[in-house]
Amino acid sequence: MSVGLEHYLVLSAVLFCIGLYGALSRRNAVVILMCIEIMLNAVNIALVGFSRYIVPPLVTGQVFAIFIMVVAAAEVAVGLAIIMTLYRSRETVDVEKMDLMKW
Amino acid sequence: MAFDIVFWILAVVSVGTALAVVLLRNVFRAALFLVMCFFTVAGLFVTLQADFLAAAQVLIYVGAISILIIMAIMLTREFWRGSQAGRLRVSALVAGLLLLGVMVFVIVNTSWQISEEPPKVPTTAAIGSQLFGEGGFLLAVEIAAVLLLAAVLGAIALIREK
Repeated sequence: MSVGLEHYLVLSAVLFCIGLYGALSRRNAVVILMCIEIMLNAVNIALVGFSRYIVPPLVTGQVFAIFIMVVAAAEVAVGLAIIMTLYRSRETVDVEKMDLMKW
Repeated sequence: MAFDIVFWILAVVSVGTALAVVLLRNVFRAALFLVMCFFTVAGLFVTLQADFLAAAQVLIYVGAISILIIMAIMLTREFWRGSQAGRLRVSALVAGLLLLGVMVFVIVNTSWQISEEPPKVPTTAAIGSQLFGEGGFLLAVEIAAVLLLAAVLGAIALIREK
C-alpha cells in the first residue's frame, strides 16, 4: 500500500498523542512547552496533508498552517516569559510546586 | 517507491525524536531532540510538496523557537534536576492512548475524497494570493500582526525587572 493521506493523518495523531502525554505527565514547565510545540507541529502535518490530498489547487491548509506557526511563536514567547518570571520569584520551574492559585 | 521510503524514514525518526523529547530526563538533550523533530517535520512538508512551509518551518521552529527554548533551559538552571514525571503519569498515558485509539479508528474508517489534481508547485505565489488577494485571509493576516505585537509587548512587560 503506497503512502497516502491516511498515513500522514495517523502519523499526525501519533505525534499529537505523544505531545499530549508529555504535556500532561512532565513536571518541568519548559518540557511541557516543548510538548505543546510537538502537538502544534502534528496539527500542521494534518492540515498540510489535507491540503495536498483533498484540495490540491487551493492551498488553504497551508495558509492555516502558517497562522498556527504565528500563534506558536507568540505562545512560546509569552509562555517562556511567564516561566522566567515564575522562576525569578519562586526559584523553580516545577509545575507541581506552582500552586499559588490552588484552593 | 522512493517517496514511500523517504516517508517511512521521516515518520520513524519524527516519532522516535518526539518520544525522546517526552521520555528523556536530561532537559537539554530533550531540546536537541526537539530540534531534530522539527527538522523531520520540515522534511514531511517537502514530501507533501509544501515548499514554502518547509522553509518557514526551518526558519521559525528550528531557527527561532528552539533557540528560545534552549535559552530558557539555560537561564532556569533547572536541567540538573531533569524532567521528572508527575503524579498524573499513568492517567496521562491512558488519556493519550485512548485519544490515539479514537483518532486512528476515525481516520481509518472515513472514506476520504482524494482529489487526483496535481498540486501547485511552487506554492509561494498561491499562498501569497490566498493571504493577500481578493476573498482571501487579509483580515486574519492583520489580526495575526496585532497578536504578534501584543505577544511581544506582553513578554517584555512580564520579563522586565521591577
